[in-house]
Amino acid sequence: MAADAPALTFIALFLPFLGAVLAPFLTRRLKHNAAWLLALAPLAAFLHFCGFLPEIAAGEAATGGYAWAPSFNLSFSWFLDGLSLTFALLITGIGTLIVVYSGGYMKGHPDQGRFLAFILLFMGAMLGLVVSDSFLMLFVYWELTSLTSFLLIGFDHEREAARRAALQALVVTGAGGLSLLAGLVFLWNITGVTQLSLLVHLDGGLRESPFYLAALLLVLGGAFTKSAQFPFHFWLPNAMEAPTPVSAYLHSATMVKAGVYLLMRLNPVMGATPAWEILLPFFGGITLISGTLLAVRQTDLKLMLAYTTMASLGLLVMLTGFGSAHAVEAAMLYLVAHSLFKGALFMVAGTVDHETGTRDVTRLGGLCAAMPVTFGAALLAALSMGGLPLFFGFLAKEEIYAALWAGNPRAVFFTILALIGNALMFAVAFAVALKPFLGAPVETPKHAHEGPPSLWLGPAVLAALGLLGALFSGIAHRYVSSPMASAVMDDAVTIDITTVPHLGMPLLLSVITVLLGALVYWRLGDARALMARMLENLGPGPDRGFDHFVSDLVRFSVAVTRFIQPGRLEIYITVTFVLLALTLLVPPVVFGELPGMPAWPDGILVQEAAFFLIAVIGIVAVLRARDRLTAIVSLGIQGFAVAVLFLLFGAPDLSFTQFMVETLSVVILALVMTRLRLSPADHRPAGQLFVDATIAAACGIGFTLLLLKSVEAPFDTLLTDFFNAYSKVVAHGANVVNVVIVDFRGTDTLGEIAVVMITGLAVLALIRVRAGRKGDVK
Amino acid sequence: MSTLILRTVAPALTALMLLFSVFVLLRGHNEPGGGFIGGLIAVSALAIYGIAFGVGAVRRAIRFHPMAIAGAGLLLATLSGFLSIFFGVPFMTGLWVYPVIFDVEVPLSTVMSFDLGVYLVVVGAIISIALALEQEPGPELGGEED
Repeated sequence: MAADAPALTFIALFLPFLGAVLAPFLTRRLKHNAAWLLALAPLAAFLHFCGFLPEIAAGEAATGGYAWAPSFNLSFSWFLDGLSLTFALLITGIGTLIVVYSGGYMKGHPDQGRFLAFILLFMGAMLGLVVSDSFLMLFVYWELTSLTSFLLIGFDHEREAARRAALQALVVTGAGGLSLLAGLVFLWNITGVTQLSLLVHLDGGLRESPFYLAALLLVLGGAFTKSAQFPFHFWLPNAMEAPTPVSAYLHSATMVKAGVYLLMRLNPVMGATPAWEILLPFFGGITLISGTLLAVRQTDLKLMLAYTTMASLGLLVMLTGFGSAHAVEAAMLYLVAHSLFKGALFMVAGTVDHETGTRDVTRLGGLCAAMPVTFGAALLAALSMGGLPLFFGFLAKEEIYAALWAGNPRAVFFTILALIGNALMFAVAFAVALKPFLGAPVETPKHAHEGPPSLWLGPAVLAALGLLGALFSGIAHRYVSSPMASAVMDDAVTIDITTVPHLGMPLLLSVITVLLGALVYWRLGDARALMARMLENLGPGPDRGFDHFVSDLVRFSVAVTRFIQPGRLEIYITVTFVLLALTLLVPPVVFGELPGMPAWPDGILVQEAAFFLIAVIGIVAVLRARDRLTAIVSLGIQGFAVAVLFLLFGAPDLSFTQFMVETLSVVILALVMTRLRLSPADHRPAGQLFVDATIAAACGIGFTLLLLKSVEAPFDTLLTDFFNAYSKVVAHGANVVNVVIVDFRGTDTLGEIAVVMITGLAVLALIRVRAGRKGDVK
Repeated sequence: MSTLILRTVAPALTALMLLFSVFVLLRGHNEPGGGFIGGLIAVSALAIYGIAFGVGAVRRAIRFHPMAIAGAGLLLATLSGFLSIFFGVPFMTGLWVYPVIFDVEVPLSTVMSFDLGVYLVVVGAIISIALALEQEPGPELGGEED
């Protein structure tokens, strides 16, 4: 690469964001044609990342970035090896096609500009996620994908289903993101590194750590929610509320693979432990089987694809955790194959929906004459998804069976799982690709005809790549599959499977898969009815559980709020002061740190004694006052006396402020009294008075003890000396107090005046609310 | 409370106290004083004016909504801190200039404008509370924004 590669990579990473900023303006100018122009942003990034291929294929890894807060070891840095580069290419490559496709699909939509902006925003986030080197950057991008996914799922925000699906996806993946953050903090604390590029080459230590299991579970919490693994899968089918380009891009090709990416990334350091090899295949296997079974049940094209996506993710997790290099190779092949055929099929489903007005497979048929190109793309993609020879999906499936088939009971079990899953996916693939196009033409809401180039270009390119990748498997393996597997294994791995079938167990299993899949396809109606009955017997699933969880959470919050916020000022004040008294009194007693009896100071001056006496008289007057106004003014007397004492002891600034505060307190308290129309005298019953007095006395004693204790400690003059020495020299001010306020600790003061301002606003609001309520009564 | 004596004295007293508050604000860097104390003195001055002539008179006298004054102060203080960006020094670093006006060297600084911000926040926030409390609740509340 050229010398300025880091800068170029940086630009490539930000191109999608730039596109997102420009999208609304360009769309306003050029309408749907803006998409062609905007697609240049991901295309440029794609070409840039293609430039890394030879370097990565040679076994190198490219890192780069910029320091952000070096003292905390935080940086904006990227790490490109086989794994992240393949992901980056998928994201930008499919992203280019998706942007073009969105131009056609959302044509004429009033918010098309916003839609394109969101898609590009997501692209930038996803790209950042897979190339991130530092943990924090990974987490930030991870959550950013959740947020942009929320925006995209809820794009039709006027429909309730879309809003619910968006919120559900955000809650599930956002919660998973927090779990991931905790997991990353664990990893950081265990290993002491904050960069993935350092982590993956670590020689161990992580697996032996007593916190390994905790870290693993937290990371899995993030990965499983993002990649829709059972039992967190329910958000993915609901996310189909989003416009189809979103489903094709986020919820099949890219975002949902973030969890799988993370697991593959961590495989070198966290894999090959019993926990890893039990949890991943177990949950992956359940997800695979439940996903395919649920897919058979559906009649909506998008939902069928959504459930098979979930199943595919399960398969990938299962393979990643299976525990052999062979399985990892299979996972790599399947991941690439899946991104290609699933992205294509989703776009086909969208095109069919767009051109006919329905995507219910039972109401579609005979479209192949009207939409030949779309049909061709669908067929190619389905052949790849079904795993038939000459297609990339075939390579992946052969490799899966070759990897799983080892003859021991565990291998047999997972082979059977994969077999059932693949067979059902075969059936669904052809149900999506053939049913709408073959048979007698069916009347559809809209008259069907071939879509514009923007609508068939994407599926056609992806489907064709599924064929070309297999035909030229040597090149594909050399530049994509092998470097990717090497990165996941942290060891040089070469994949050399070709599309020429070898006789053996894998081929036999493939044949069984195809036969079984064809059988299900043939009797799809019966299978669907069977699944529907089975699901009915199972009762409500986790989707309903989510609703219960949310409503229970709201009810719980309401109950807690009612308990701690009863709305009576007396209770708040009592609780506050009781806790204050406890805080002040309990620790010194428990830890035996009560101050000793202070020595009587000698040489008290007459004026000091006099003002002390005035303060005491003020207090007595407060206690004996018949009405509240007298009490308030008497409290002022006490305050003034203390202010004079401050002055006598050489704190003019403090004294000055105390004078002003006392004056204004009297004024404001008197105003509050008249404003609230309090009765002039205090009418508390004796019992209440006693309780309040006790609390007040406890607080007073507590503070006295605290002050006495602090005076007991020898006075540390370090700060005094510092400020005295530097106040004039550094800050050009002789008044140390003020220099500290406005210069040395200026940022604190900025915070304090912000608090003063907010307090003023809050008091103003409270007074107005009260006034408003009175006005209503009138 | 609005006696004839108070009404006669209040304008002069308020003017003097406001002047004094600015004096205290400006001398703060080298002598006892500063933005907080100056602000509190100004509030007291306005409170006296309010007791003598009523809330409306004070609102007219200060021209702006008190919260706007506080907001301007907070903005001024924040900007004083951010000025250091242009000189490549950390946030809130004091910057000084010493222009000579009529042969007198006048030290000006971001520290001073920051202190002025503190002064304005204290004046605005506290006087807005005091005025809102002093104002009779009722129909005239609608015109509070004048």
